[in-house]
Amino acid sequence: MSTSSARQSAGARPGTFTPAPGRAPTRAILRRQIRMELLLTARRGEAVVLAMGVPLLVLLGAGLTRATSLPTDDRLGYVVPGVLALTVMSTAFTGQAITTGYERSYGVLKRLGASPLTRPGLLFSKTAAIGCLVGLQTLVLALVGVAAGWRPELSGLVSALGVTVLATAAYCGLALLIASLLRPETVTAAATLIYVLMLAAGGIMFAAPDLGSAGHFLLPLAAHAEALRATLTAGAAVPGTIWLSLTLWAAGALTAAARKFRWE
Amino acid sequence: MVEAAVVVQDVVVRYGEVTAVDGVSLTVPRGAILALLGDNGAGKTSLLQVCEGFRGPDGGSVRVLGLDPVADHDALMPRLGIMLQSGGVYPWATAGEILRLFASYAADPLDVEMLLDLLGLRKFAKTTFRRLSGGEQQRLCLAVALVGRPELVFLDEPTAGMDVGARQTTWQLVDSLRADGVSVLLTTHLLDEAESLADHVVIMDKGVVAATGTPAELTAAAGIDLLQVRADPGLPIAGLAARLTATVTVTVTESSPGEYTVAGALDTEAIAAVLAWFASAGAQVTAVNTRRRTLEDVYLALTAGAAR
Repeated sequence: MSTSSARQSAGARPGTFTPAPGRAPTRAILRRQIRMELLLTARRGEAVVLAMGVPLLVLLGAGLTRATSLPTDDRLGYVVPGVLALTVMSTAFTGQAITTGYERSYGVLKRLGASPLTRPGLLFSKTAAIGCLVGLQTLVLALVGVAAGWRPELSGLVSALGVTVLATAAYCGLALLIASLLRPETVTAAATLIYVLMLAAGGIMFAAPDLGSAGHFLLPLAAHAEALRATLTAGAAVPGTIWLSLTLWAAGALTAAARKFRWE
Repeated sequence: MVEAAVVVQDVVVRYGEVTAVDGVSLTVPRGAILALLGDNGAGKTSLLQVCEGFRGPDGGSVRVLGLDPVADHDALMPRLGIMLQSGGVYPWATAGEILRLFASYAADPLDVEMLLDLLGLRKFAKTTFRRLSGGEQQRLCLAVALVGRPELVFLDEPTAGMDVGARQTTWQLVDSLRADGVSVLLTTHLLDEAESLADHVVIMDKGVVAATGTPAELTAAAGIDLLQVRADPGLPIAGLAARLTATVTVTVTESSPGEYTVAGALDTEAIAAVLAWFASAGAQVTAVNTRRRTLEDVYLALTAGAAR
């Protein structure tokens, strides 16, 4: 019995491999690719939780105690938007860069390059998956903030969402760019270092160095954090220079990433 | 006339100072299986990478299914099935998930469950890629290459790391591909693999084509027969070589005492002449054996010659 089934499985029925090539509809490909990206992220669930651990610690530590000196008395109103911006960077830049660097060294990107998935398709899927993840993480952290006593201005939600999408796109572009330029070990070190530097200097738990609107262009994290504070805490409009800065960062990073992207 | 599946003309591939492929031309006809045979470093994979569009050639031209592999990458990919030499799929995805992902790229993919059965991967469907053995990973990568019903398949060392059973399965599969009209370009350093699978063999050595032909042509080309004669030891074999020189060029050696090997383009007449010489030398011939040269003999002769 088992012998005959083994023999059957060894041979293919004639006509099995008759060529019928073709690319699936783009939307179907992208849906499956995004699903795979999210599935693999979920499989590293502990990494996702850890990625939220630092922001959570900052939120509760700097938001509820007087551990750091802030330029305002509304500590949660200052810290929570900053932590949301930090989380976006942590996931879209640091996590994405490290994952992509290793996917290249495992040859995954090369293999995908030898498939009907196009380069824009892969970049879009990665960015979209990161978008889902960022949405989930910021929602959880915002809810923790609310539970701790933060009272955001809901009227600013649309602008906050807008700058967050721009920041996510910029970080994704930067992540894919450095993952294309550096070796995976170097990517991990660089992405982690930039994360720590930004955590310290990006205006999250301390005040950022006051560089005026030049700072909006130099530090996308500080610009994003300030925009979130303006909309969610102060209920004010996002400064025009921040819109401009984040738009430039997003466009520049994505263009550079698309141009420099290597499958190998 | 249908265009050939792959046309490679005078292709050169350089990595800095190193020339990996130095002016190779070959053609894979539609529905045929061509084996690129050569040692590691012969330039097989470099040539394949150019055909797959991972890089352009540094000289010469490549057409794959009538298209430019680099410029027409997006149009070409759905029509190709590619198996890379080193795995390269998500390490933390399962075999089933990986195969289903690649199936989802295709308009009319093969049935994933059928492919898992065909390649003996059914019981690994829920095993992550990094937990598969080398041979299981290879089988999965082969399945991934085939799932989109391609018209042309590139297989880079398809049976590397496979055990004997898996190798047999793979060979049967490649035969099925040919029977169903799929064109195949594969690389191998296994002579028996090239000999038993391929319609055409291109032997590469140090970046150039050392020989090309069907397995039969390569083994039946001039000087392919061996005649082994067992007789009294110490016969004056120089006389035999001299006697035959008039008709054919042969090399005569006494490989061990009493064991003579005559290598050359031996037709019936020449074989008769050899035996007549043994008789005239008064030797007692106790065994005569003819041996058709195998691809291995051809290959070793070619690559050893080039090494000198």
